Amino acid sequence: MIRKTGRILTAVLTGVLAISLVGCGSQNQTQSSSGTQQTSDAAVTLTGAGSTFVQPLLLQQVAEYQKSHSNVTINYQGGGSGFGIQHLSDQTIDFGATDAFMTDDQLSKAQGGKVLQLPVALGAVTLSYNVPGIPEHIKISPENLANIYFGKIKNWNDPALAKDNPDVKFPDLAIIPIHRSEGSGTTSIFTHYLSAISPDWNSQVGSGTSVNWPNPTGKALGAKGNPGVAGAVKSTSGAIGYIELAYALQNKIPYAYMLNKDGKWVLPSLEGASADAASFQVPDDMRVNIVNGPGAAAYPISGFSWALIYQNQTDKAKGTAMVNFLNWALHDGQKLAPSLSYVPLPDNLTARETAMLKTVTSGGQPLLK
Amino acid sequence: MSTDNNRLYESMGDKTLRYVTLLMAILVVILMVWIGWQMFSSSQESIQHFGWAFITSRVWDPVHHVFGALPFIYGTIVTSVVALIIAAPIGISVAIFLNEMAPSTIRKVVAFLVELLAAIPSVVYGLWGIFVLAPVLRQSVEPWLTKWFGFIPWFKGAPVGFDMFGGGIILAIMILPTITSISREVMAAVPIAHREAALALGATKWEMIRISVLSYSKSGILGSIMLGLGRALGETMAVTMVIGNMPKISSSLFSSAYSMAAVIANEFTEATYSLYLSSCIEIGLILFGITLLLNIFARLLVWSVARGPKGGHLV
Repeated sequence: MIRKTGRILTAVLTGVLAISLVGCGSQNQTQSSSGTQQTSDAAVTLTGAGSTFVQPLLLQQVAEYQKSHSNVTINYQGGGSGFGIQHLSDQTIDFGATDAFMTDDQLSKAQGGKVLQLPVALGAVTLSYNVPGIPEHIKISPENLANIYFGKIKNWNDPALAKDNPDVKFPDLAIIPIHRSEGSGTTSIFTHYLSAISPDWNSQVGSGTSVNWPNPTGKALGAKGNPGVAGAVKSTSGAIGYIELAYALQNKIPYAYMLNKDGKWVLPSLEGASADAASFQVPDDMRVNIVNGPGAAAYPISGFSWALIYQNQTDKAKGTAMVNFLNWALHDGQKLAPSLSYVPLPDNLTARETAMLKTVTSGGQPLLK
Repeated sequence: MSTDNNRLYESMGDKTLRYVTLLMAILVVILMVWIGWQMFSSSQESIQHFGWAFITSRVWDPVHHVFGALPFIYGTIVTSVVALIIAAPIGISVAIFLNEMAPSTIRKVVAFLVELLAAIPSVVYGLWGIFVLAPVLRQSVEPWLTKWFGFIPWFKGAPVGFDMFGGGIILAIMILPTITSISREVMAAVPIAHREAALALGATKWEMIRISVLSYSKSGILGSIMLGLGRALGETMAVTMVIGNMPKISSSLFSSAYSMAAVIANEFTEATYSLYLSSCIEIGLILFGITLLLNIFARLLVWSVARGPKGGHLV
């Protein structure tokens, strides 16, 4: 208890401190930028918070960007998607990032006016399992996947699984479906996929960063983080779990073929996830869950993370630095993605996002030249 | 009378000391009240939305905006009790052995090792739980318990390894140092004359320990157990890694469950709407309340034991 209250207190104090620092920072910033308006590269500090999924990519992009733009300092605090949305709405940070796009209700509560949501990272989810004596890649159809997580397919020797894998001899072994215990973008992508392919899932469970997992067999488990799910799958015979693509590729975890919308069996890959995103009709506000997109090569379980910024920037220097950085991150910055096992964003999308960034203004003046 | 006299001649240093320490003591009180009030006010939305049903509801469904705390309260209490049932006898036995029987070299080494247990980060316990404890429980311990004691509902069901039993064992290991070292300190404080008196009356070693050491130090030992329980209730990381994280209530210890601290840690960061966030904080408030009640209960218990005829006035 002492530890817990300690943590909450630390969180509260850190929050207060952070808010007051950000407050001070922006004041100082305004003064210094107005004082040095003539020089074009006055020092600018941007503060962001939110999704921990995009954090490694964003930090790498920031480090790279600062090599050529030493006057711009960007602090990204993580904290989770909810944290990012909350603090962007309260205008205590300059930009946010989230794995689940802001709803109309959340947008209406944003105090700084219209919020632009820009996809900045693309992730994909793989199905991984621990079943002795079966090949590294088996085929799991969408219906079977939903039924496994519904607890309707209880055993690996279920005829429905054998139907898609005629050459595989499944053992008599209870299935233990494992999910992420903490709220996560990976869960959001996975449950959006299940909702897209199963009307029952959509009506009974739904989708989000955390859901109420069905558990009729009493065998379902929640594990913390990608390493937790991977570890639980590895140490539990009969387990199946969903893992972020980047993590599965790096750690050489066996994963399944998925059936895409065009009826092709595809293995998860960076290219497949990119193809899924490229084929999708993304609306003008960029709020879309891109699961189960068309295209022969598309890998169906993928999703965006979004950066959140206000369309109207009160501080011109900060706003200019922000749109320039984001525009760089969407184009040159995407080259860093594959080395960190993120999926690079498709070009047709980033071109549209640049157009969106050009609508960002301060005092009626567009900021991105 | 004497203190009043002393106060007249209080030096500058004494005064400073008195005010500084008083200020620190007040700070702690303010801090506690502030935390409690902060949690209470932040959880207003969920308190008003769900009322008392929050405590009795079993559903935790962020997608459909329905929240209930009962499975988390249950999981927290069951794992903590399991931890106490395992750790208390072991901890007290170790303390007796180290204090009354072990040669001094062994005492130093074992006492050091036990205290080292407290220095291991909880995430390491959790990893050990995933890769070592859970498979062993699933393959050997739990099937054996089910086979021989399966008639007791606690040991029924198909073992998975990630369950309340595993969570309880991890917690037991984590609170062992607390119970052992405090019990040992309390026993060491028993005056040597008490032991000699018992021995002089012809008591055996066991009788001496029972009559003079244990009865003299029992309130302190109880206190150590309560401190251990406090740690078990609030432990987050290690538990969430082995408990299975399913909000359900089952009489079987071999069933996955969820604890209050774990659900806060897991869902707080991604709580994307205010009712969700407020519900997470209300869970924290309930945990705060349970710990408070428990500490009051522990005080009463220690007090009533200390008042007993044989007890000393320690603690």
